[in-house]
Amino acid sequence: MKKNRWLRISGFVLSAVLVLGSIAGCSNTPGTTSTPTTTDQGVGVLKPASRLKVATTSSLYDTGLWALLEPMFEKEYGVEVDVLYANTGIAIQYGQRGDVDIITVHDKARELTFIADGYGTTRSAFAYNYFVIVGPASDPLGLKGLSAEEAFKKLAASKTTPFVSRGDSSGTHSKEQAIWKAAGFNYTDIRNSGAWYVEAGQGMGPTLQLAAQKQAYTLSDVGTFLAYKSQTGLTSIVDKGSILLNVYAAIPVNPAKVAVTNSAMATKMAEWLMSPAIQKIIGDYGVKDFGTPLFTPCAGNEPTG
Amino acid sequence: MEEIWLGLQRAVELILTADQDVKEAAWRSLSISATASVIAAIISLPLGSLIFHSSFPGKRLLISFIHTLFSLPTVLVGLFVFLLFSRSGPLGEFGLLFTPTIMIIGQALLVTPLMLGLVISALAGIDRLAKETAIALGANRWQMSILMVKEARYAIFTAFILGFGRAISEVGLALMVGGNIRGFTRVLTTAISLETSKGDIELSLAMGIILLAIALFINLVLSWLQQRGAVIKTRPVV
Repeated sequence: MKKNRWLRISGFVLSAVLVLGSIAGCSNTPGTTSTPTTTDQGVGVLKPASRLKVATTSSLYDTGLWALLEPMFEKEYGVEVDVLYANTGIAIQYGQRGDVDIITVHDKARELTFIADGYGTTRSAFAYNYFVIVGPASDPLGLKGLSAEEAFKKLAASKTTPFVSRGDSSGTHSKEQAIWKAAGFNYTDIRNSGAWYVEAGQGMGPTLQLAAQKQAYTLSDVGTFLAYKSQTGLTSIVDKGSILLNVYAAIPVNPAKVAVTNSAMATKMAEWLMSPAIQKIIGDYGVKDFGTPLFTPCAGNEPTG
Repeated sequence: MEEIWLGLQRAVELILTADQDVKEAAWRSLSISATASVIAAIISLPLGSLIFHSSFPGKRLLISFIHTLFSLPTVLVGLFVFLLFSRSGPLGEFGLLFTPTIMIIGQALLVTPLMLGLVISALAGIDRLAKETAIALGANRWQMSILMVKEARYAIFTAFILGFGRAISEVGLALMVGGNIRGFTRVLTTAISLETSKGDIELSLAMGIILLAIALFINLVLSWLQQRGAVIKTRPVV
């Protein structure tokens, strides 16, 4: 009798392990037929060499551009593309650590440093658009028609209507700091000048939502702004001026400096983004959903002002 | 209120229409967390027994330390695992960062202290008499340990369920070491976080409901197994 009891106990422990184990087993065996969900790679792990890791600034992701480009590249080159969206600061860090093969970001100064420090090979500026200062439709400070610098001066002077900053070391955050500087302010002073200056510490989407809740102004890339326009109810206040230029560039990580896994494919991707066919697709992107293209392709003729 | 209702409708819709992305994220959530929990259990059961049954200086301190790790923030574990497995980190050569495997490792690390602490508590909850009787009847150390685990199995089940619950519901670690890559490392929680930031509240809610449904399912399966265990123990063990 005692033996029998032990058998049953071990039986049910074993079945418990099996239930969970069979679930778990699929994590390492792609293509297991017992699961309906492993039609693609499921949770399986391909060899690192057959994956290309791209760290992208979230604006290229949130606008849906990467969702369009990713499968196209995968099909053409037979590689699995992993798109990690982060802000420019984090994307650059991933690159420096060798955790991704290529970065697509938008902060020229930091990109040049990245290359100068040996982390990146070449910079391919593939598209641009503009930053916009957005705010409530009522435009409480009457910033419409001003330049970005004048608008920032007025914001800092009034200290009544809040301004929401990304505050996250993103490309947009860098641009904001550049505008404060151009407007003649010390950024640290602005940060500490009172409750009107709000730091979201989040991506563009959540920052726009926070600005909408607070009926505040914020700086956004035009793509993400348009993608969130209907939910937030914010409108474009200032959208002109060379300081608002926003150039997106792809930089493969330098295999001579950091141990990346798929350097050759990364170079191919940068070239691919600059190819006429893909440039055309980028230039047309957004017309269907937003009535206006979100990006202007600029391979070979990067705008400077 | 309307949003919650719409979310519920959307959840049912997503389940019925078997939306590919959601289905995959759900499956991934389940498999990653279940694997991590099983690994944690495999570590915790013998280690917990060993700690409970042995006496050594600093045992109390060790147990307090394990208890402290209950409140380990998931992002801290995430950061630790990230630095360890990043290409420029000590274990970078394995190329595991931003893969499901690393998420399993991270979650197992996160859940093990919880299970370990609860296993020790579970054993401590068993009447001293059981242990003493077993020894008096000539059980060796191994048999006695097995007997104690058997006696404590209800509490140990609870430990497993709590561990699994912590694994499947966490988002910080999954985001940091998994990277939320669509079709590869995106799980329900990271998808919810993304969709909420995109403002798709309905989809987020729907996926939250699916996550809860999975947790409910796992609990039902485990308690069914537990019931079967209870049938076995109809007579006194000794």
